[in-house]
Amino acid sequence: MKFEHWFFNATPGSGFKPSWLIVAVFLIAYPGFSSDFFTFQIGAYSLILGTIALSLMMLAGYGGMISLAQMTVAGLAGYLVAILGDNSVGVMGLGWPWWLTVFVAISLAALFSAFVGAISVRTEGIYTIMITLAIAVALFYFVRQNYTIFNGFTGFAGVEPPTTFGVYWRNPLPFYYLCLAIAVLSLWAVFYISRSTFGLSLQAIRDNPRRMRSLGFNVAAHRIFAYFLSGIIAATAGVLMVWFNGRISPGSVGVEVVIDILVIAVVGGLRHPVGPFLGAIVFVLLENFAIDLIDRERFNTVIGLALLLIVLFSPDGLLGLWRRARQRLSAARQTRLAAGRATRDGGSESYNSLSNP
Amino acid sequence: MSNTRSSALEHLQSSGRNALELEAISRHFGALVALADINMTVRAGERRAVLGSNGAGKTTLFNTVTGDFLPTTGRVRLFGEDVGDMPSYERARRGLRRTYQISLLFGGLSVMDNVYLACSGIKRGRFSLRRPRRDDSTMESADALIRAVHLDDDRDALVATLSHGRQRQLEIALALAGAPRLILFDEPAAGLSPSERSELVEILQALPDHISYIIIEHDMDVALRVAESVTMMHNGRIFREGTPAEIENDPQVQELYLGNGQA
Repeated sequence: MKFEHWFFNATPGSGFKPSWLIVAVFLIAYPGFSSDFFTFQIGAYSLILGTIALSLMMLAGYGGMISLAQMTVAGLAGYLVAILGDNSVGVMGLGWPWWLTVFVAISLAALFSAFVGAISVRTEGIYTIMITLAIAVALFYFVRQNYTIFNGFTGFAGVEPPTTFGVYWRNPLPFYYLCLAIAVLSLWAVFYISRSTFGLSLQAIRDNPRRMRSLGFNVAAHRIFAYFLSGIIAATAGVLMVWFNGRISPGSVGVEVVIDILVIAVVGGLRHPVGPFLGAIVFVLLENFAIDLIDRERFNTVIGLALLLIVLFSPDGLLGLWRRARQRLSAARQTRLAAGRATRDGGSESYNSLSNP
Repeated sequence: MSNTRSSALEHLQSSGRNALELEAISRHFGALVALADINMTVRAGERRAVLGSNGAGKTTLFNTVTGDFLPTTGRVRLFGEDVGDMPSYERARRGLRRTYQISLLFGGLSVMDNVYLACSGIKRGRFSLRRPRRDDSTMESADALIRAVHLDDDRDALVATLSHGRQRQLEIALALAGAPRLILFDEPAAGLSPSERSELVEILQALPDHISYIIIEHDMDVALRVAESVTMMHNGRIFREGTPAEIENDPQVQELYLGNGQA
């Protein structure tokens, strides 16, 4: 219980910090000093994976529910884009206008997410993981075996984002900014909701569902609603994902990628909405550059080792490492300040300045 | 169904209906009989203490009233309404509250957030995605409640970091939130210092007259000062009912409490 608390439990979002401005400037200027490869394959891809992992962070960090079906929800939205919109394989491709396609894809995928929630809502801990994994595997086999709608093993190719305002959105620069905008919007939404009445109730249900029931809260309904909201985020990122890849197939919702999302969220840290994005950056960098260090087949070994190291040394992820490093730095600085003041004041009252720098 | 419920409520508000009626309640856990043939009536506004040694079935009784689990047989009527298999959150919305023997709080949130949620449990907008404003009526009632239980100093403290005594105070605050009509206190004085105990007695005595409560308490000093009627339980059955004075002077009760009554 104690360990779990330390591991996941996110605290509700606090106020604005100046360091965010630096990060914001960097993210906006990033394509200016990066190649197309870094803008698109690293930047945009990290943002997409980070957004899907964010949807898991919302469920796990605030709601205490670890779902392995987040990638499945994202993948379903991607499939729906290929099915309702246009694709080049000659199966389905209903040719709906892009905005209607996107809207319906996200809505249906979010409803599917609520359905996943409704199925798993009465389970806790490891059982939630198992049941959502089962759903993810079921959808994987369903899309692989169904040829009339999902085009089976082949899946769909030639899925393109629209061209609007004279911008072809799959070009690295506009696509990067599109992903950045969606990521920032999702991050802000999660952050804002964490302090809303619903967000607080979700965290309280995580801490103590029985007490929430005795205070008049319908715990199951709140959990299902949380799945629905996180489904909107995952599905939106799923639309970006299918535009990014241009194609989607059963492999896009396979067990490996489903688990990747959990890895990303845990590596980054589940205690704060920024964590999943950190995890996504590390994951994408490893995925792209691990092969320079090690054999292609050993790529998963590198990822596995990185996960092991992080979980061993910092169970609350990269964010936890960062937090502890900062605490140590500021403690060291305060000791230095106090020592300096102590010599100046001739040693009197030096310990008071520690508590009140 | 909903029609009969709302008319029952209206009827209750106009007349002085009983807050709680238990008819022939029993509860079995496998072969263990935790409760057997419990009949109890708590009038609106009545304050009752439930005494009994460990394993007498006091907390089990509370759990059947709140709907945490259903009685094996028997009937629970809250404010004149048969609550049957009504889920516990619905009972809470009708005015039933409880505290727990071991504090069940929301450790990852602040004191204010805990009390705010307790106040919003029976209100609309539980699913609201908007942040509550400082002058919101629920926020205001939460603020008032925090002052009433003397937790203002810890308003923004994380609950997991509070001392035991303060957590017990918060435990009570959560049960007082949002217009309660019947409160079940499960050993509220457990682990409290003498001064905290007298503070607790003050809080209980200051509750508005229309609020009924049932209190499980081992500390006779606390129990007999805050209750006007006493039910003594033993081995899942009601052993005696009476006024505090009657119970205190009952030789058999004394025997039970002094440890000769294991049989």
